[in-house]
Amino acid sequence: MKFLVNIHLKKGVLDPEGKAIHHALENLGFEKVEGVRVGKQILVEVATEDEEEGLKLVSQMADKLLANPVIENYQVEVLK
Amino acid sequence: MRVGVVVFPGTNCDRDTYWAFQKIGAKVDYLWHRDPLPKGLDLVVLPGGFSYGDYLRSGAIARFSPIMEDIVRFAKKGGYILGICNGFQILLESHLLPGAMARNSSLHFISKFQYLKVVDNQNRFLSRCRNGEVLNIPIAHGEGNYRVDRETLAQMYEKGQVILKYCNKDGEETNPNGSVDSIAGICNSQKNVFGLMPHPERAMEPLLGGEDGIKMLEGFLG
Repeated sequence: MKFLVNIHLKKGVLDPEGKAIHHALENLGFEKVEGVRVGKQILVEVATEDEEEGLKLVSQMADKLLANPVIENYQVEVLK
Repeated sequence: MRVGVVVFPGTNCDRDTYWAFQKIGAKVDYLWHRDPLPKGLDLVVLPGGFSYGDYLRSGAIARFSPIMEDIVRFAKKGGYILGICNGFQILLESHLLPGAMARNSSLHFISKFQYLKVVDNQNRFLSRCRNGEVLNIPIAHGEGNYRVDRETLAQMYEKGQVILKYCNKDGEETNPNGSVDSIAGICNSQKNVFGLMPHPERAMEPLLGGEDGIKMLEGFLG
């Protein structure tokens, strides 16, 4: 099964990359942009057909390695 | 003093660090990241560079190198550890030091001489520096934007864990990378694990721009 891990900087942690993109979008005339946050997506393939087991495993991976809980949040979703 | 300089794939300040500690009279060995930590070391240094190509996050993968288990044990027993630049990032990822690093607020990789202020010298590392003393040491990093929550930061001040800040020539705080409170270097509450973004090993020789690094590293001689 395939799982997608979405990682973003926590609210309140400055995202300079998002800010730079925000400015660039404004310069291109997209005046309605209110905010831009940049994150990471990691696709993990797990040898299981059990969705619950897979989600649990990938969450452990995210806690241990894929995300840094000090500054980042993550969500895991199943790819169907 | 016996010093071990850890080498990960992608480390690139190992030779400068080796040479710097040799210059102050230490016996230095390189430690390959897959080997166990030898006994009898007085100081373990995690040098700068780009361990594992900075993939995922700086230091995130090096943190799980075989030698790191021994290093965490060494730290728990009170052994001295110094992390410089990427080494600092690895110590943060290992939770041997509090906080985390984010991209520089400018998004630029910064490489230049930078003034630093000694905020707290009540520790082994900065024992040969005066409080308020201004040092001139090179920085070279893209992710040196130190982040920590307010509560932890308050405890760190209380326990003397905030040890170095970025400043100008006159000692007034400046902020090259967006770090909380212009923090450049910290230690743990037991004061045996140290991390800083600047490179003291690159400031050991007037010919190379300055020698303020000497009195920093010499602190470990006791």
